Amino acid sequence: MNRFAHSWMSAALVIAIGIVLMLALPGVMDEYSLLQGTIYAVMAILGVSLGFIWGFGGILCFGQAAFFGLGSYTYAVAVINMGDSTVPFILAMAVPALFAAILGYVIFFGRLSDVYMGVITLTVTLILFNLVNSTAGPEWKIGVAPLGGFNGMPGIPTLNYPGKTDQALSPKDLFYVTMVCLLLTYLGLRVLISSKIGRVIIAAKENEQRVLLLGYDARVYKLFSFTLGGGIAGLAGCLFANWGAFTSPTIFGLAQSAQIIIWVIVGGLGTLVGPIVGSVVIQWLTTQIGTQQIFNSNLVLGVILVVFVVLVPRGIVPSLGSALEWLWHKLKSRAAAPGKTKQRSTAAPAVSASSPTTTGLSSTAKTASTINEQTA
Amino acid sequence: MDLAIIVLIQVLYAVASLVIISSGLAVIFGMMKVINLAHGEFMMLGAYAVIGSLRLGINLWVAIFIIAPIAVGVVGVVLERLVIRRLYGRMIDTMLATWGLSLLLVGVVTSVAGNTTAGVSAPMGSFSVGAYSVSSYTLVIIGVAVALGLAIRLVLMHTQLGLIARGTMQKPDMANALGISPSLVYSVTFAVGAALSGLAGALLAPLTGVVPTMGGAFVAKAFITVIGGGPAILAGLVSASTLFGAINQLATFATTPVFGEVALLAAAIVMLRMLPQGITGRFFRRSL
Amino acid sequence: MTPLIETRNLNVRFGGVHATRDVNFTLAEAELRCVIGPNGAGKSTFFKLLTGQVKPTSGQILFRGQDISNMQPHEPGRLGIGIKTQVPSLFNGLSVWENVWLSARRLNSSTQANRITGETLERVGMAAHRNAIAGLLSHGMRQWVEIGVVIAADPPLILLDEPAAGMSDAEVARTAELILEINRQHALVVVEHDMNFIRMIAKKVTVLHQGAVIKEDTPDRIMSDPLIQQIYLGKKPH
Repeated sequence: MNRFAHSWMSAALVIAIGIVLMLALPGVMDEYSLLQGTIYAVMAILGVSLGFIWGFGGILCFGQAAFFGLGSYTYAVAVINMGDSTVPFILAMAVPALFAAILGYVIFFGRLSDVYMGVITLTVTLILFNLVNSTAGPEWKIGVAPLGGFNGMPGIPTLNYPGKTDQALSPKDLFYVTMVCLLLTYLGLRVLISSKIGRVIIAAKENEQRVLLLGYDARVYKLFSFTLGGGIAGLAGCLFANWGAFTSPTIFGLAQSAQIIIWVIVGGLGTLVGPIVGSVVIQWLTTQIGTQQIFNSNLVLGVILVVFVVLVPRGIVPSLGSALEWLWHKLKSRAAAPGKTKQRSTAAPAVSASSPTTTGLSSTAKTASTINEQTA
Repeated sequence: MDLAIIVLIQVLYAVASLVIISSGLAVIFGMMKVINLAHGEFMMLGAYAVIGSLRLGINLWVAIFIIAPIAVGVVGVVLERLVIRRLYGRMIDTMLATWGLSLLLVGVVTSVAGNTTAGVSAPMGSFSVGAYSVSSYTLVIIGVAVALGLAIRLVLMHTQLGLIARGTMQKPDMANALGISPSLVYSVTFAVGAALSGLAGALLAPLTGVVPTMGGAFVAKAFITVIGGGPAILAGLVSASTLFGAINQLATFATTPVFGEVALLAAAIVMLRMLPQGITGRFFRRSL
Repeated sequence: MTPLIETRNLNVRFGGVHATRDVNFTLAEAELRCVIGPNGAGKSTFFKLLTGQVKPTSGQILFRGQDISNMQPHEPGRLGIGIKTQVPSLFNGLSVWENVWLSARRLNSSTQANRITGETLERVGMAAHRNAIAGLLSHGMRQWVEIGVVIAADPPLILLDEPAAGMSDAEVARTAELILEINRQHALVVVEHDMNFIRMIAKKVTVLHQGAVIKEDTPDRIMSDPLIQQIYLGKKPH
């Protein structure tokens, strides 16, 4: 991955763009479009959660939707019971994180492989779906909140200003809150990635054996990433429940988990911006497809997933990044005298806090393929 | 006493269902180490093949045992040539690509056949055991599962194809060494696996509603059974199906069908934690 | 004095293969030992036992008197055993600097780690390549980087599995110098095949054959031993 992508400059740029969008959009958009913007931001947070644990931690979770769903249901149940939304907001992150911690403990301390990680996370999300789906009767309630089974939970109270139950957030406020959450999540993860903990997480993905031989307990680092990812997905779930004032068991479904994976692949595995881009592009595409009758949305999404896995495994953002970089070097070498560009072949420009992108998405492909392109 | 017989039949039925549902995936995974997440959709295609055949006036049994497997086998070959063979060795990528294929197939079938549930009535009526009545079709399922197990064993042990298959399983380069194109072996294997999945879907068509999204309910169970079974195709299939099927059914009797499903899934998680290589990773190691 | 590392009747079996047989091995602090043996003698397995990658079937491994026979794979590294594996095990996608830094950072603050990384890269002669991506370097350079990674953590015991493999004569001499310099403050166990190289560095050599220790002596006496010559069938000591 190129130098720019991992410098503080790119982080600043993304944050700046985000702030501009956050402040400008409510001015130019009507309320309906703002709602669209909000859900895009919510799903972007969800996408980033998987993008982080997968692209940086090397953990392919087939059931990230489980934490998303737990977050939404936890918020719903808690806010209906408690009234004020401050504690429910925190619980919506804490409960999925706890769940992720337990599940992560079973998986990482049991030293189970990637494939089994996939099976188990898939299975867990199905268990949750089955369980929640069957809670339709009035006897199924937590506190005073009925779970509603396959009908879902309607009428979920929106977040209110802390302590002031009668002052709920307006749709515009919710947009701001969601965007702030997205930006803070992005910033927080960027900071983490360049810290010692983040470097070890990335190194463990790169070569777990070497990390162990250096004395780092890789299991603990993986557990940390996974738990954090669960918490972030839970945050997205809480905001989702606020956005629609509704949640239902389909949130635990395989379809939802598949969507998140598609966003990350399309956007670019190994970056944080990629999942954001991917989620927006795919959601936009899905809405467009929904408005016409010719192509079924499953069909289009399926084709996209297959095409990307086979042909563009690195996704939009890294591919674009490489293309831009190639262009940049081409322009530079045309300007500089010939011969000066030789140095690039032996010592390729460094990566300060790198997460190697992979040629295939498979975690067995570990070398940074972009470097080869840098020598063009 | 009657209850005991009923319970036994239902447990055998649950085990048999798992065997049938998982056989296609077991062949593909056992032979090629490919995790085909479009497995459920292959089953769905098999079920729709039956529906289509019935509309054309074809006999139900012909549709189930001949038309469905062949139709889905052909689809399998096409998909293998177009997509799967580009991703050999990349297990995670294969999982993702086949997930894409599964979405694609659901989309195609929805576009062609619509979203409504179609039905096939269960043939053969029922019989009684004491105060309880059991669908005779249940016995068909049990019978087919047994026949399937025997057939797989027969092919693997006593035919040339089976020998090549077993060799290739042990050493993927074996096919090359024998002068047989490995890509041919893989195509045939994938076709056989797909055909078995089609057969499974066709067999289950009279028991479940046939709808484009029906595959989703099966893929996880099949996946879990295959991974839980471990590297040996037949022994793994049978042992894992027995374990999970029994747990599923007994839990269903004790509580509700939902908890039966949950019990199966939970048992899988526990078992995989203890035996990460699957059952035949530790026991029955040298078996088929 | 408690030996730095000691194995007592160490055995490991994989299925039918008895890879390590009743090995009693002792190394003092800051001692340098070479381990030789034909292919399949069990040298790499021995290293895997010492670093916790493989668990012994029976017997004990003691590090400064502490039993480390059944530890988690990250613990020997934590206690102070570093290893350069036979096939260099680096973070291929990360830079040379990053590789060494991760090792230095575990026990040191960020500032100290930066200083140590710089010094280590100078010591192994890779300072000019600090920004190169580890996976793209030549084999010899990767060996040096990995040695740098190992010494950056300052472990009392350093295991080197074939550090001179695939190197030119000049590189081999440089590696020998480096090892002797490291030996001033660290104990080393070096697995090697090149007898010239061994003569450059070792005073005591342990010979493994079919998993067992068959002789321990000075390099010269080892090489003039007819049994050893026979085991290395056709290999003339040079």
